[in-house]
Amino acid sequence: MSAIDEALPPFQVFLDEHLEPVRAFLRGMVGPNDADDCLQETFMAALRAYPRAHAGNLRSWVFTIAHRKAIDHYRAASREQPVADIQPAVDRTISAPPADARLGMSPRDSAIWGAVAELPPGQRAAVVLRFAADLRYREVGQALGTSEESARQNVHEGLKKLRKSAAELKEMAR
Amino acid sequence: MNDFVERLAAQASDEGLLDVAYATLETPIGEVVVASTERGLVRLALPGVSVDDVLTRLAEEVSPRILAYPQRLDEARRELDQYFEGRRQQFELPLDWRLSHPGFYRRVLRATAKVPYGEVITYTDAAKRAGSPRAFRAAGSALGSNPIPIVVPCHRVVRAGGDIGNYGGGPELKRFLLEHEHAL
Repeated sequence: MSAIDEALPPFQVFLDEHLEPVRAFLRGMVGPNDADDCLQETFMAALRAYPRAHAGNLRSWVFTIAHRKAIDHYRAASREQPVADIQPAVDRTISAPPADARLGMSPRDSAIWGAVAELPPGQRAAVVLRFAADLRYREVGQALGTSEESARQNVHEGLKKLRKSAAELKEMAR
Repeated sequence: MNDFVERLAAQASDEGLLDVAYATLETPIGEVVVASTERGLVRLALPGVSVDDVLTRLAEEVSPRILAYPQRLDEARRELDQYFEGRRQQFELPLDWRLSHPGFYRRVLRATAKVPYGEVITYTDAAKRAGSPRAFRAAGSALGSNPIPIVVPCHRVVRAGGDIGNYGGGPELKRFLLEHEHAL
């Protein structure tokens, strides 16, 4: 039986399986304050498209949607900023989240989140998918529309930068 | 998590994207699963059937757009509570018949839905009322495939000799329901 012929699980079963990993991914991408809005939009979009989804590929499929919702969220947020604040670089579709997204976090979480938020968008999405949502490299690639190899590369580069930020934080804490 | 599912299901229902809503109900006979489309009650699963199995079959036979959304089943819950408390003899909630096989099977079930509380008929009576007097065996199969037991009271169809006959939830449950209705 090919993946396409496989029957789709009931949406509730699909939701129970993916809700927490997708929530973790979105918290990493847009911060805890906006994660729930993006989460609702992600699963509404998934429900809308569900009858056309392929049963064999639901995990990367839902993260593709969640990733798109995170990007939409940052585009909307950057439109609300004054013109001078908008990042000039075209490829920075995901800008750093607003500082108030970090309110209510412990200093440690805030520092980690701040460092993750500083990563370039491709690396940030890959790192969060790999570690917050626990996807395999192949699935990270599928979710982001890249090869497994470039997913691995993005995670590697992202981690290198995070280690550097961690070392700087330690320095600052002295 | 439950808050999230509830909000999602409410929005899905508002936007016409929730094809099947379900809930589990505690009743004197145990936990039953009820499921409703936008047309009406489509499935009632008696105790002993796993929720997963019920949902998987609904996904295949109705639509995979299924979520827990008890609000859509408020009316079913109210009428079933009243039935088990002895305060209701007739169900009035709308039914969705799509899970019963069109033709003879559905005619048998629709005829059975009209058998009043506290009365019983035989399999031959049911076959007769569905237009095929000699098809009593097929009538038994139709009743055995009833997707909405209790509400479509297939327990009111018994054998001619006085034996109560088979029941999806087991003969003890059939006896319990008939005694509850003072039909035995």
